[in-house]
Amino acid sequence: MSDATFRPATEETPLARRLLITLVVLGLGLLVLAPLVVVFVEALRQGVGEALASLTHRDAWAAIRLTLTIAAISVPLNAIFGVAAAWFITKFDFRGKAVLITLIDLPFSVSPVVAGLCIVLTFGANTAIGGWLVGQGYPIVFAMPGIILATMFVTFPFVARELIPVMIEQGRAEEEAALTLGAGGWRVFWTVTLPNIRWALLYGVLLCNARAMGEFGAVAVVSGKIRGQTATIPTTIEMLYQEYLSVAAFTLAAVLALLALVTLLLKTLLELRHADQLAATHRH
Amino acid sequence: MHIEIDAISKSFGATAALHPVSLAIPSGALVALLGPSGSGKTTLLRILGGLEYPTSGRVLFDGQDATGLTVQQRRAGFVFQSYALFRHMTVFDNIAYGLNARPRGTRPPKAEVARRVTNLLDLIQLPDIGSRYPSQLSGGQRQRVALARALAIEPRMLLLDEPFGALDAKVRKELRQGLRDIHDTTGLTTIFVTHDQDEAMELADLVVVMSGSQSGGRIEQIGKPQDIRARPASAFVRDFIAA
Repeated sequence: MSDATFRPATEETPLARRLLITLVVLGLGLLVLAPLVVVFVEALRQGVGEALASLTHRDAWAAIRLTLTIAAISVPLNAIFGVAAAWFITKFDFRGKAVLITLIDLPFSVSPVVAGLCIVLTFGANTAIGGWLVGQGYPIVFAMPGIILATMFVTFPFVARELIPVMIEQGRAEEEAALTLGAGGWRVFWTVTLPNIRWALLYGVLLCNARAMGEFGAVAVVSGKIRGQTATIPTTIEMLYQEYLSVAAFTLAAVLALLALVTLLLKTLLELRHADQLAATHRH
Repeated sequence: MHIEIDAISKSFGATAALHPVSLAIPSGALVALLGPSGSGKTTLLRILGGLEYPTSGRVLFDGQDATGLTVQQRRAGFVFQSYALFRHMTVFDNIAYGLNARPRGTRPPKAEVARRVTNLLDLIQLPDIGSRYPSQLSGGQRQRVALARALAIEPRMLLLDEPFGALDAKVRKELRQGLRDIHDTTGLTTIFVTHDQDEAMELADLVVVMSGSQSGGRIEQIGKPQDIRARPASAFVRDFIAA
């Protein structure tokens, strides 16, 4: 048989391949690339100066600061909870494991708006807990704690979901080896478990961060969208857009997109820089 | 170190892994736990190493009750079936792990750690691989690194779970002699688990033949290889060593 006609059994015909590639490129272009370009085009429609001017507005600044603060608080907390949950689920055998895994996935299946409403109904000023907290001067709803709770609820599964398959695949043998060598639990965690999951953890954290900064539904419900106080970037974008302030809306949207692109870039750079270690981790 | 296993049993939930078994291992012996899968031999090894706790029974080290000792306190050099080398560390760091994990007071200084790791690399006859990662080693090299890592903690005994299981036939033969040599050099009481009767008979001073059943693994016969060959104590032993 000549080389030209020989094809591995798993390979598609050239026509099918071209068709598939075209479909993917079209899909990606229409769904991902085009909207991203439009955001930047719309933002710069009246020039860079106008766009930057809209950003210097007090409310826009407040929104950016709030979103970054929310992410800076909720992402590390979720990273810790996610690692703890994944560690617990993969390294120990106990009854009700399946239930716990389902609970971790719950935020994926519950609409963020419903999640936000649940927080309002639990911690709102007219509930027992909420009323008492407001009395103490710590309101949850229409304030920062509520936004953090909502964000954490929505982004909770990201880290644990990334880690669980990796940790199951790696098994417990390395941890057990460390124990027989005399290491205590904490030492095992820091020197064996954490280094082995660091890439999955980084990936989970980046996804979690992107979602935390972009969360709209749940935050819109609990925050009350008070301008300059509890309005985050996504909720501010929506309000600006409703008011036909399209340059301001799209500029803020561009900022959000840029933040996402920066995290993506960061991830790629880290991967490039530690490529050998990454390969060493995967080939073993 | 003299090891005594006194009526140890183990069950995982409703599943019995070990029927009460008793066994005395003289100091400095090289012992094989031989049996098919499901005979509880790995469970017994893990109980000795402190990775599992027995459901009932006692373990005695040199006459002292060691049943309640934690895995860290046992100081058992353990070689895992797939070696469980730390994949993100170099061979040097793998071997040094146990020394660096010691509490600050008893931790040897850096130069001393380096000296000991170098000695161990010489002992396993791989002096030049300290800077490599486990993924860059062959199966046989990994096994020897795992052995060196276990020896680094100056263990009181050496426990090996199917140490030759993941190797091809030729390397297996070479490494058998390697383990014998290391045992003879260190004089450590050494227990290894295997399902390969040739390996057990050729390498061990004392062979413990185990069988599995619904009520858990049990010991069929304990003896020197030639005695077991000459006088199998049960039909199971006769069939198993003939296979």
